[in-house]
Amino acid sequence: MSGGLYDMSAKDFDKTLDLSRIKAYGDTMNDGKVQLSFTLPVRNDDKGVEAARALARQMGILEPNVACAKTLDKEFTFYVVYGSCPYTVDYDNLSVATVENDVMSMEEINDFIRENIGRKVVMVGASTGTDAHTVGIDAIMNRKGFAGHYGLERYEMIEAYNLGAQVENEDFIQRAVELNADVLLVSQTVTQKDVHIQNLTNLIELLEAEGLRKRFVVICGGARITHELAKELGFDAGFGPNKYAEDCASFAVVEMVKRRNNEF
Amino acid sequence: MESKLHLNTALVDRARESARRIALDTQSFIDGHTTVAVERAVCRLLGIDGVNSVEVPLPNVVVEHLYEKGVLSFGAAYFIGNAMAETGRSPMRIAEAIDRGELDLTALKPHSIEEIRAHIEPVAKAAADFIAGNVAKREALLSEYGDKEGPLIYVIVATGNIYEDITQAKAAAKQGADVIAVIRTTGQSLLDYVPYGATTEGFGGTYATQENFKLMRAALDEVGAEQRRYIRLCNYCSGLCMPEIAAMGALERLDVMLNDALYGILFRDINMQRTLIDQYFSRVINSFAGVIINTGEDNYLTTADAVEEAHTVLASQFLNEQFALCAGLREEQQGLGHAFEIDPQVEDGFLYELAQAQMAREIFPRAPLKYMPPTKFMTGNIFKGHVQDALFNMVTVTTNQRIHLLGMLTEAIHTPFMSDRALAIENAQYIFTTMRHLGDEISFKEGGIMETRANEVLKKAAELLSQMEEIGLFAALERGVFADIKRGRNGGKGLAGVVSKAAGYLNPFIELMKGGAGK
Repeated sequence: MSGGLYDMSAKDFDKTLDLSRIKAYGDTMNDGKVQLSFTLPVRNDDKGVEAARALARQMGILEPNVACAKTLDKEFTFYVVYGSCPYTVDYDNLSVATVENDVMSMEEINDFIRENIGRKVVMVGASTGTDAHTVGIDAIMNRKGFAGHYGLERYEMIEAYNLGAQVENEDFIQRAVELNADVLLVSQTVTQKDVHIQNLTNLIELLEAEGLRKRFVVICGGARITHELAKELGFDAGFGPNKYAEDCASFAVVEMVKRRNNEF
Repeated sequence: MESKLHLNTALVDRARESARRIALDTQSFIDGHTTVAVERAVCRLLGIDGVNSVEVPLPNVVVEHLYEKGVLSFGAAYFIGNAMAETGRSPMRIAEAIDRGELDLTALKPHSIEEIRAHIEPVAKAAADFIAGNVAKREALLSEYGDKEGPLIYVIVATGNIYEDITQAKAAAKQGADVIAVIRTTGQSLLDYVPYGATTEGFGGTYATQENFKLMRAALDEVGAEQRRYIRLCNYCSGLCMPEIAAMGALERLDVMLNDALYGILFRDINMQRTLIDQYFSRVINSFAGVIINTGEDNYLTTADAVEEAHTVLASQFLNEQFALCAGLREEQQGLGHAFEIDPQVEDGFLYELAQAQMAREIFPRAPLKYMPPTKFMTGNIFKGHVQDALFNMVTVTTNQRIHLLGMLTEAIHTPFMSDRALAIENAQYIFTTMRHLGDEISFKEGGIMETRANEVLKKAAELLSQMEEIGLFAALERGVFADIKRGRNGGKGLAGVVSKAAGYLNPFIELMKGGAGK
C-alpha cells in the first residue's frame, strides 16, 4: 500500500500514447489509475478491507489501495478504492451509435424549417406512463429552457405542446393525432427496475399497432437514455444528459426532410 | 426577533391579510362540500379496513355504495350510524355485509339524528382517543430522549420494498438521520384508493399502505430506542387519497406528512375543488395527530425559474399557512416549504438563497420550515454536487431552517444508495457543527444585495396575493399564477368524487379533531 503523498513507485512502463491501446489516466500516460467506491454488507474491520481489496482485484485492479473504509451500519461498510487497471481499449476501432446530425442554433433551426418545410412543425412532448417527473420534458420544452438553452416553446417555427407528466401512452398518441403532430418527444426519469424500458417499448408497439409509427419522428430522452438504447427500442433517436432543445429539434427537422425526400 | 433583512413588516401584514381573505373565501366553498376520499377517511377512522375478494378496499366499497345511491351528501357516518342503530353491528361488520350484497344502507329504517349520533359518537371518540394516545406516546418518547435542537436531518428511502426500506432506514438513523421519509411509488397519487398490506414491489418508491406504515414505525421505534433519539417518520399525504392517508398516518403515529393545499392541482392535475376539500379534512386530522405538515413550494422552482419566481413560493407559503389555520393546524405544525434551486452559474446566487431563507425564517417565525436541496442543477458530476449540497447545508444552519431534506451527491443518477445517504449526513453534520452559531454572529449590510433581494421578493408576493384576492383562488389558478401551470376549475382528475353536503350531513371527526389533541 502506498501511504505517502508522493507516488515513489518506478514508472517503468511505456509512456507514449497509443490510441489503439488506451488506458485510464491518472497523472502519467498509461498509468491506468482508477478510483471506485462501493459498499459491502460486512462489518468495518481488517477483514472487510481485505474483502474490498479482493473484490477490486477480481475487477482486474492491480495493487488496490483502500483509501477509505466508512461504517454505514453494523454490517455495512463503504469503501473508496484506488488502483491501476491494466486493461486497454482500441479507441481507433470503436464504433458508437450517436446522433450524427450537426446541431443547429434556434435561429438556424427556424430558418431550416422555413426553407425546407415551409410551415410550423408540431412537436408534442410528455413524461409518459406513471412517471411523475416533468424536469426533463420541461427542460426541453418550456419557453425558458435550461442552462441558457431556450426551450421549444420559444422557437418561432415550432408549435410545442408539453402535455406534462403521467400521460398514458394511449392518451399521448391520441393527443398527438388530434394536434397533427410531426414529432413526439418522450421523457423518462424514473428508471428503477427498468420501468422506462417497458413503457418506451409499449409506446412503439402501440404506434405500430395503429399504423402510426411512420407518421411521427419519435424521440426519447432522460438521464439514463442513450441513442443506442433508443434505436434498439425502435425510436428514431435518444438523448441523454447534457442535451438540450436544439439537439432534439435539429435531429427532428432534418429527419423529417430526409423522410420526405425518401418518399419521392 | 429583530429583522436582519429589515423587512417591511407592513407589507408582510398586508400579504398575510390578503392570503387570509383568499383562504376564507375558499373555505366557505370547502365547508359546503365533501368528497369520496373524505368519506373513505371517515370510514377508516370508524374502523373499516381490509380489502374484499377482488382487492377493493372496504372503505371504497362503502363509499361507492352510498355514492351510487346518490346519498353520499349526508356523509358515510350518517348511514353507518343509522345501520348501527338498526342492526347493532360494528362499522366493520356493516362494511362486510355491504360487500357481500346483504345490506343496503339506504333501505334501512331511518333513525333520529340523536339516535344516530348516540351510536356513531362513541366509535368516533374511541378512534380520537386512540390517536390522542399516539400523540401522548410521541411526546413521552420526545421528553424521555429529548428533542434535537437545530435542523432535523431528513432523508428518503425509496427501494420499492418495505423490508429493504427498513434496512436502509435503520442504517440512516444510526448514521444520524432524524426524519425518514418513505417515498411513494410513482403513480400512487393518482390512485383513487389506498392499496392494502405489506408491499415489496414499487417503482421509484414504496406503496403507502397502513401495514407499511406500521412496519416502518416499529423499525424506527426500535432503532430510536437503541440510539436514544426519537426518529420521525414521514410519508405523503397528497394525491387523490389525501384525507385517508392522514387517517392512516394518525393511526400509525407518523410524525411528518407532505401535505400541500395546492400541489395536487398544479403538479398532478387533480381537480382543484377536489384537492381543496380533501386538504381541509386531511389537515384537521393532521392537526389532531400532532403531525408536522410539509408543503410543496419547492416544486415551483423545479418547473419555473428560481430567481424570477421566488415570490410565488412566498405567496404560496402565505396561502398554505392560512389554509392550515382554517383547519386548526397550528403554526408549530406548519413545515412550509422552499428550496435551494438557483442556477449555480448565477452571480451572487448564494446570497439570494441566503436572503430568501432568512426571509422565510423571519416571516414565519414559529413554523418548522422545510428546506429542500438542489435538484434541478445537479448534473451527475457527483463531486460538484457534493459542493452544491454543502452550500445548501450552510444556508440551513445559518438561517435556522428546521426540516432539512438532505441533498444527495447522486441526485439525477439513481435513488440513493446507502453510502450516498451516509456521505450526505456526514456533510451536513460537519457543517452544522462547524458553523453552529454563525447565524447569531452575522448581520447583513443595510441596503445590500440580500436586504434588497428579500424586500423585492416580499413586494412581488404581496402584489400577487393582492391580485389573487381580487379574482379569487379558483380564477387565479385558471390563469396559471403558480409554476406557470394553468388549471381549469372543472378540469383534472377526481371532480366526479366531489359532492355538495346535504343539510343533515354528519362527520363527527371535524368537531372532535379540529384544533388538535391539546385543544
